Amino acid sequence: MAQDETRKPSRNEDRHPDGLPEKRMSELGLGLLFGVIFGFLLQKGGVAKYEVLIGMLLLEDFTVMKVMLPAVVVGMVGIYALHSAGLVKLHIKPTRYGANTLGGILFGIGFGLAAYCPGTGAAALGQGNFDAIAVLLGLMAGSYVFAEASGWLARTVNPWGDRGVLTLDRVLHLKPRVLVPVMATVLVLVLVAIHVFVDPRP
Amino acid sequence: MSRRNMLQTAGLIVATPMLAFAQTEAVNPGATGPAWSPYLVGALIGVLSMFTFYFSDKALGASTAFASVAGLIGRLIAPRHTDSLHYYADKKASKIDWQVALVIGVIIGAFLAAWSGGEITGRWLPPMWTERFGESVWLRLAVAFLGGGLMAFGARMAGGCTSGHGISGAMQLSVGSWIALLGFFAGGTATAMLLFYA
Repeated sequence: MAQDETRKPSRNEDRHPDGLPEKRMSELGLGLLFGVIFGFLLQKGGVAKYEVLIGMLLLEDFTVMKVMLPAVVVGMVGIYALHSAGLVKLHIKPTRYGANTLGGILFGIGFGLAAYCPGTGAAALGQGNFDAIAVLLGLMAGSYVFAEASGWLARTVNPWGDRGVLTLDRVLHLKPRVLVPVMATVLVLVLVAIHVFVDPRP
Repeated sequence: MSRRNMLQTAGLIVATPMLAFAQTEAVNPGATGPAWSPYLVGALIGVLSMFTFYFSDKALGASTAFASVAGLIGRLIAPRHTDSLHYYADKKASKIDWQVALVIGVIIGAFLAAWSGGEITGRWLPPMWTERFGESVWLRLAVAFLGGGLMAFGARMAGGCTSGHGISGAMQLSVGSWIALLGFFAGGTATAMLLFYA
């Protein structure tokens, strides 16, 4: 690269036509790095363990909630802060009441059988729970079966209550800068209640 | 600060406490609970989400990666049929992408965490399963495979899994994500209770 081009912001390097394969490699490299951190955290949080995950579903061990709720609180505050500063785009999937509910329950049934969900299944395999291999193979098979039905589902189930991108702030007619602190407070209170009344382990 | 420098700094910020914790962690192979405070882990996952949004313009999620790999395999075995399917009509739905790399990373990261904490299990049957359903590995594998299949179908229908909806969607205040999350735990609790108490 010529010397005079170095004054450009480095983000523009990504858009250089010759840089396309490099961009893809850096995308995959970042994905791998973030995945390593994610997997490390999932395992350290105990949620790669069969007993912890089934314990959550049996309402006996609330570790899963103790991981998920702080993640949602910190991520929500952080991402809405970054978003209002114009630094990140949101990635919100469409709200479809029918598909979200049916798919959600179907996922739940599978979750109960497998105990590992897709992310924690990968983490479970990493920590040496070999039964997770069957879960991961099942996830691939189930994805293909879904693809077989996807045309039909797109015509039938997806239109049921299809509201497009819909967020709680719009439903409640509140600005995110009002709702986010309120939600964060509510979720922290839920967490405190769980800690005090249900599962007081640190 | 250049992007690379920021990334290195960010990496160090995350890696340093991790390594510090890893060093002091007692070896505890029989542990059934979390090695670190789950609250701390959750908060760090929240921070990680901010990083993936900022540096990769992506939300954390795991289930789509399995659909991508399934599509790649489908395209190898039955290319024309796979291309004819609604879900795979979009070529982006079947390639090695950021999320596939993420899931591979999760396996590696969990291995490093378990290894550093002396928690590598190396077994086919969880003791809690054996206690209830016996020593048959094939029974566990069959149930696990079926569970994985249902999860994938449900996740693609709902638009995400425990990570994509439960963490990433919920934190963005998506209504559909909160509905799906309720569905995950309703279906999961009912099924687990039937399996273990019925």
